[in-house]
Amino acid sequence: MAENKMHILVCGGTGCRASQSEQIVNNLKAELESQNLNNDVRVLTTGCFGFCEKGPVVKVVPDNTFYTEVKPSDAVDIVNEHIVKGRPLQRLLYKNPKNNYKVTSTAGIDFYKKQVRIALRNCGFVDPENIDEYIGRDGYEALGTCLSDYSPAEVIDIIKKSGLRGRGGGGFPTGLKWEITSKEKNDQKYVVCNADEGDPGAFMDRSILEGDPHSVIEAMAICGYCIGANKGLVYIRAEYPLAINRLKIALSQASEYGLLGNDIMGTGFDFEIEIRYGAGAFVCGEETALIHSMEGSRGEPTFKPPFPSVSGYLGKPTNVNNVETFANIPVIINKGAEWFSSIGSENSKGTKVFALAGKVNNVGLIEVPMGITLREVIFDIGGGIRNGKKFKAVQTGGPSGGCLTEKDLDIPIDYDNLIKAGSMMGSGGMIVMDEDDCMVSIAKFYLEFTLDESCGKCTPCRIGNKRLHEILDKITKGKGTEQDLERLKLLSNVIKDTSLCGLGQTSPNPVLSTLLNFEDEYLAHVREGKCPAGQCKDLLKYEIDPDLCTGCTLCYRNCPVGAISGEKKSVHYIDQSICIKCGVCFQKCKFKAISIV
Amino acid sequence: MKVKSLADLKKIKAEVQEKIKLREQGENADKIVQIKVAMATCGIASGAKEIMSYMIEELDFRGVDAIVSQTGCMGYCYAEPTIEVIVPGQSPVIYGFVSKEKAKEIIEKHIVKGELVDGIIPVTFKTIDE
Repeated sequence: MAENKMHILVCGGTGCRASQSEQIVNNLKAELESQNLNNDVRVLTTGCFGFCEKGPVVKVVPDNTFYTEVKPSDAVDIVNEHIVKGRPLQRLLYKNPKNNYKVTSTAGIDFYKKQVRIALRNCGFVDPENIDEYIGRDGYEALGTCLSDYSPAEVIDIIKKSGLRGRGGGGFPTGLKWEITSKEKNDQKYVVCNADEGDPGAFMDRSILEGDPHSVIEAMAICGYCIGANKGLVYIRAEYPLAINRLKIALSQASEYGLLGNDIMGTGFDFEIEIRYGAGAFVCGEETALIHSMEGSRGEPTFKPPFPSVSGYLGKPTNVNNVETFANIPVIINKGAEWFSSIGSENSKGTKVFALAGKVNNVGLIEVPMGITLREVIFDIGGGIRNGKKFKAVQTGGPSGGCLTEKDLDIPIDYDNLIKAGSMMGSGGMIVMDEDDCMVSIAKFYLEFTLDESCGKCTPCRIGNKRLHEILDKITKGKGTEQDLERLKLLSNVIKDTSLCGLGQTSPNPVLSTLLNFEDEYLAHVREGKCPAGQCKDLLKYEIDPDLCTGCTLCYRNCPVGAISGEKKSVHYIDQSICIKCGVCFQKCKFKAISIV
Repeated sequence: MKVKSLADLKKIKAEVQEKIKLREQGENADKIVQIKVAMATCGIASGAKEIMSYMIEELDFRGVDAIVSQTGCMGYCYAEPTIEVIVPGQSPVIYGFVSKEKAKEIIEKHIVKGELVDGIIPVTFKTIDE
């Protein structure tokens, strides 16, 4: 079958390439050829191993030997020792920093256990449109066990003991929420799944519904059994057509199998689920606004209490949980509360899914145990900052969260630590920024979002955020004053204190946290009229250095607005009053004669 | 098919697992290969659908017995379209940035000849079973 006896995998990620991994590939190939082994052993370039810190990394299969910090000159030794003599090259093996033991295979390296997939356990593993595959992976067994072996109070007890907290942002203990709803006496109760994922950059709920819809259905039924509801509703935004489609297929398959409907698994428990579509308003992720939207009213939040668990959908007791929270439930029932609570930090158990985005190499969906540090997430799993730039900040918690900086990289991520650091967990968006990002513009970007999404009910949020945005706009145009910075702080605090719902109470967070962490950047804008990151167009100027300009006319020919003048072979000049700062001349110039000032 | 009790469900589970087992260890053990294509929004946007149908056609055309199925997001959104190739008896291999050319190469070399191809993405997480 296999023509090659062995494969040598060399990491071709950005980090390892920067440390000459291509040269390693070439040297390995050359050495194999000189020993006439090129037909037996094949050298391959792979994607990023994520272990950039110890790069370049080289792995030999089938024996799975893992070498770290390999230099191009090591190629000869790898071939001579490992391939010819068949023994691992000791000096290149990874040393476990805890006990200094040398580790031969990837399985023994702690790094590869940094991600633990619980909520995403089936995503990318099963066919989401085939219920059999879900059943084959212990699907619906948790529901069956609950219905036949446990009383509702016992199930709630398991969830409480597991320490699971709401994954939608607030972090309210899930077991407690179920208990409160279960204690309400009413002829009709509801289970609602909040799939109104609205944070810019967060897409874990969508991915779970697209990749493993049955886990959410199963958990909703378990919740229904616990709180005494026989009706479930999934509130999902209409912008998620694929998730909706897969959810519908899953619902019909579950009904066909009798796992939804009347008398589930012969236990006398009835449960059915309907889908409700949202139009994609951010505020509808808030429980009360979500319920109003489902009832057909305007999606506006109302005062709590009464909490939905007392009076929710149609005035009936309603339990609202987020998609990711539900996806954890079946595993907790199957594997036990103790197993789940052994993962994570003291007050935040289990794992959290993050949508890693922005200027990192490995953009994607990751699931990590609570208590992991930002450094591990960004530099080990995320593979570091793109193009070798410097890390500046990471935004967590979306438009309600804040920015964390270099000094926060080593704090363990959990609900409480993030709040202490001036940000929040939120639904798990994580946007990484590098030295080229202007923090004033970032704050402005998030405010634009809240401005669009504010429902307009409370004056401080509706008008206050608009004014905040205007001040920020002024600053990015170089027209701000130091007084404006004070005004920003004052207004932000007023909006926080006087808004009704979470949206208004948290909307100034990006402004406050950037002001706190990057005050010098704000000051540079207002005092010197400069944008240190070179992002604010109105504050930068393109100039031609007369000593470097050769008069090649390339910039003159490419300028879209005719702002550049000059004769062939003589120095050119940019007319600042016409220039629109598009940067084309800067990119086109072959002599680095154009600079940003 | 109605599931009437927990015991019933476990029976179905055993059957289903048997089916998957058969897939892997059946009579044609060394011929049946499984290919999973990540088909969440990110994958589809990057052309996973085309890759999936291309692979089905190409495998058919070559008479290679393989099961191509869709699955959810594997988390490697930066490297879509992503596919996982499971050759029985070997550990699964994930490929990123799969174009039609790459798919062809994977079929020609990995699936037919058992050779690995450039573009492998190492798995960086552990599962609940570990």
